[in-house]
Amino acid sequence: MFFQQLINGIALGSTYALIALGYTMVYGIITLINFAHGEIYMVGAFVGLFATSILKVNFFVAMLIAMVVCILLGVFVERIAYRPLRKSSRLSALISAIGVSIFLSTLAQMLFGANAKGYPEGVFPVKQITIGSAEISTLQLLIIAISATLMIALEFIVHKTKIGKAMRATSEDYNTAALMGINVNMVISFTFALGSALAAAGGVLVGLLFNAVSFNMGLMAGLKAFAAAVLGGIGSIPGAMLGGLLLGVTEVAGVAIGFSSYRDAIAFAILVLVLLVKPTGLLGRKIQKKV
Amino acid sequence: MGDFLQQLIGGINPYYLQILVNIGIGIILALGLNVVTGLTGQLSLGHAAFMSIGAFTSALLTIKLGMPFSINLILTGFITAAVAALIGLPILRLTGDYLAICTLGFAEIVKVVFLNLDITNRALGLTVPAPNTTIPLPVVVWAVVLLAIICVSFIHSSRFGRALMAVRGDEIAAEAMGIDVTLYKVQSFALGAFIAGVGGGLYAHFMGYINPSDFGFLKSVDILSMIVLGGLGSITGSVIGATILSAAPEFLRFMASYRMLVYGGLLVCMMIFRPNGLMGTISFTGLVLRALGRKPHLKTIMEHKISETSRPVNGDT
Repeated sequence: MFFQQLINGIALGSTYALIALGYTMVYGIITLINFAHGEIYMVGAFVGLFATSILKVNFFVAMLIAMVVCILLGVFVERIAYRPLRKSSRLSALISAIGVSIFLSTLAQMLFGANAKGYPEGVFPVKQITIGSAEISTLQLLIIAISATLMIALEFIVHKTKIGKAMRATSEDYNTAALMGINVNMVISFTFALGSALAAAGGVLVGLLFNAVSFNMGLMAGLKAFAAAVLGGIGSIPGAMLGGLLLGVTEVAGVAIGFSSYRDAIAFAILVLVLLVKPTGLLGRKIQKKV
Repeated sequence: MGDFLQQLIGGINPYYLQILVNIGIGIILALGLNVVTGLTGQLSLGHAAFMSIGAFTSALLTIKLGMPFSINLILTGFITAAVAALIGLPILRLTGDYLAICTLGFAEIVKVVFLNLDITNRALGLTVPAPNTTIPLPVVVWAVVLLAIICVSFIHSSRFGRALMAVRGDEIAAEAMGIDVTLYKVQSFALGAFIAGVGGGLYAHFMGYINPSDFGFLKSVDILSMIVLGGLGSITGSVIGATILSAAPEFLRFMASYRMLVYGGLLVCMMIFRPNGLMGTISFTGLVLRALGRKPHLKTIMEHKISETSRPVNGDT
């Protein structure tokens, strides 16, 4: 029972972590809470749905298509709605992000209707594996495996490549990085691209897991992923992974204990409690205040 | 008096009256958030939670006790403010975006709890009876609007308001000046919640039906958009922002399903072309004085400049 719930929690948590990474990377670089990120995830789920049901492609190809489409969308949104606001107050950029979020979810509602749609049968053959008393589906294992692969790939990009170094430099100090000859605009676009690709992968996986894709799935998932990013310490990539997993596991545990009607509140209650003890999140850097 | 007002109101087209009341409630909520976010500089993404608490408190006071509406509203405000102070005391120690996500989390928790309580009728929501008063509701709403504007204006120019602005400018410097930062933050939070609670009570009685889901994240965002659109910290800005955004859905109604699409696009465009809000940092009283020929110093017109004009350098926040 415990093991079963743990696997359920990790599968759900790794999808939160995938979305949370996008929030945390964007925040780390331009200190913007990108509220449209949840909608990118929603678009990813829809693209995956259409790729499997209309183009009838393999599940992995569908995920790749979703990632490419979301990369384009994410970079486009940054170019249109955030770049003109980079020099103005952070609140303006925040409102702009919320505007994009409302726009995208309404557009999805108009184009695809208000009903939740499911992935076609047999996109991914689900088998149940019994280990001890626990029943684990191959889908859950797939989700965990894909998320882990993507996160390792991300760690590699951030720490071992030149663009990753540029990202870290920009996040450390935007102005100095620009003075050092880093093309800051390119780095920011790249960050949005990375985050959007991860969100798209998360969207396809969640669409498959719950077998429901709808226009408003982005809002709550986005808020929870944002909570996960803050829980881990916003701006920290390992923090986002940890936060996502933690939220997923506690949420599943809470439902298992019998608080299922409080499901959406559990994540936020944990968040508030953790922040009261550690005001900058679990792995967040302590902020030195200077006058 | 009641009959006279009733006749006066009866002469107005009910549709316009409804828009007017919506605008009034929008202004009240925006003014409340403006104290917290505009004046004290604490970003709150959960203002709708206080509106929700106010709406349900006020509705229950009418349903269970049949309390006179004026006492009902005042009591509602105080109860909401008490809840805000209770919540604010621990979470206002957080700064910036951590506080923002905490308020957001609090709002979600309030929503889910109300959806599960018997007294709030769970997910079915409450049907609110007519308020116990002879004065028509639109008059009450606009009376409260005027009161709120006067109150917040006084606060702006009072010792209390200056302390709040000092906290917004720099918390550490304010503390060095002998300002109890946490105390002032909690007070401003409670004040904002008081106004939001009263707004919620008016909303509940005007709508006649309330549901916890009405006060979700999007409602909070609505209120925040109003004050950012109008210009943070500016009372005139709040009033104008609230008027535009409360009336916008009505004027966009001819577009039917494109309404929210245009609304989202509008938010983005307005931010890009007027990043400091429509009124920006201009004060209305200053402009009037100038128009009357009593030229005040330009500095008083450009009051309340938000210190946060550009993105802060990382590690400095």
